[in-house]
Amino acid sequence: MIGRLDPKPLFLRGPSLTTRLVVCALASVVLMTLDHRQQQLDRVRVALSVVLYPVPWLVDAPFRFAAWLGESAGSHAVLVAENRELRTAIRGNAAALLRFAALEEENRRLRALLQAAQTHDYIVEVARLLSVDLDPFRHQLMLNRGDRHGVVRGQALIDAHGVMGQVNRINPFTSYALLITDPSHAIPVEVNRNGLRTIARGTGDADRLDLPYLPNNSDIAVGDLLVTSGLGGVFPPGYPVGTVTAVTRRPGERFAEISATPAALLNRSREVLLVRPGTEP
Amino acid sequence: MTRGFWVIAATVLVAWMLAVLPMPEWAVAFRPEWSLVVLAYWGMAVPRRVSIGWFWLVGLGLDVLLGTLLGQHALALALVGWVIGRLYLQIRVFPVWQQALVMLTLVALYEFVLFWTDGISGTRSVIRWQPIITTAVLWPWAFLLLRQVRRRFDIS
Repeated sequence: MIGRLDPKPLFLRGPSLTTRLVVCALASVVLMTLDHRQQQLDRVRVALSVVLYPVPWLVDAPFRFAAWLGESAGSHAVLVAENRELRTAIRGNAAALLRFAALEEENRRLRALLQAAQTHDYIVEVARLLSVDLDPFRHQLMLNRGDRHGVVRGQALIDAHGVMGQVNRINPFTSYALLITDPSHAIPVEVNRNGLRTIARGTGDADRLDLPYLPNNSDIAVGDLLVTSGLGGVFPPGYPVGTVTAVTRRPGERFAEISATPAALLNRSREVLLVRPGTEP
Repeated sequence: MTRGFWVIAATVLVAWMLAVLPMPEWAVAFRPEWSLVVLAYWGMAVPRRVSIGWFWLVGLGLDVLLGTLLGQHALALALVGWVIGRLYLQIRVFPVWQQALVMLTLVALYEFVLFWTDGISGTRSVIRWQPIITTAVLWPWAFLLLRQVRRRFDIS
């Protein structure tokens, strides 16, 4: 309307748009550089994660509610059947454990005879994955346990079938775990059959690991089980990591091309276990 | 902290939630860039309120939520914010389908920056072309919905 003064100026005020872009871009570059060198920005990230905690909490809430509803509204018959199944499973496991206990005792005696290092005991805690999707190109998970629950950096993450990964970032109430299939992850393993040690590297593929450091003539075959060797001190020894699926030996090359499938159900497990050295208090 | 601020913040919160909402494996690649859509709308409709600063901060939030390199999404969104800050007068008067084409270009820019920064930092990734299409298809509906929100709460 003519004659009326528009209270707002026609043009935006303050520093020019391009100046602000340059400031933001520089800030981004500085952040990315520092963050890429790990740990330097962990405090910043933790602070921001605490502020943003409501977001994953809210997204996860319906799934928590559904799980709770399923438990509390499950019919009597279903629960009884489930209970019976679990009892049978426990009985089977107990029988297997009997032998295991005897073997473990024998192992300890033999180690004492050989004066070899004693093995550690491990504490196992149950954690649950938060139902949130993270960046699809990084193989990460978000757990519902954090600093407040005693989770520490580097703690190993396993499920009922094998090793999943390790905790690499800790917030007060949640933590992030890096999966063994992430391209930046490598895990020391040994072939269960003959103790041949090597390193399994993530490929970025959810069902493939690479073993790039074995020479052409090494004793490894399709179907071999890979277990953690315990070297490096992050992963407890003896947990299954994967099964060898392909071995290609090229005469001209120095190293064989070997790939394996992870044993753990990396994208299906909801309940996971956190393992760390120590004894139950 | 006016009412307008809180309404815009609420839409950002929803966009963040949609960004981490679990989806079936096959659908993950097609997830639209919700934060970009929401911010692009506000940056176009109320450029005095929502400018590069908002874009950058929302991007930083995305970095934390998605577990990517800090500053990666922030940089990509800030660039989008700059383009919108430059062109909002033109984009505003476009018909919705033409705006969708502009969004197509902006999301392509955004995905390229993400791909590029992934490459520099050594994360193996491919250029995500699917969100470029889904975001552009989503735009008309998001636009109508957010316009309703803006009119309902009288934000200007």
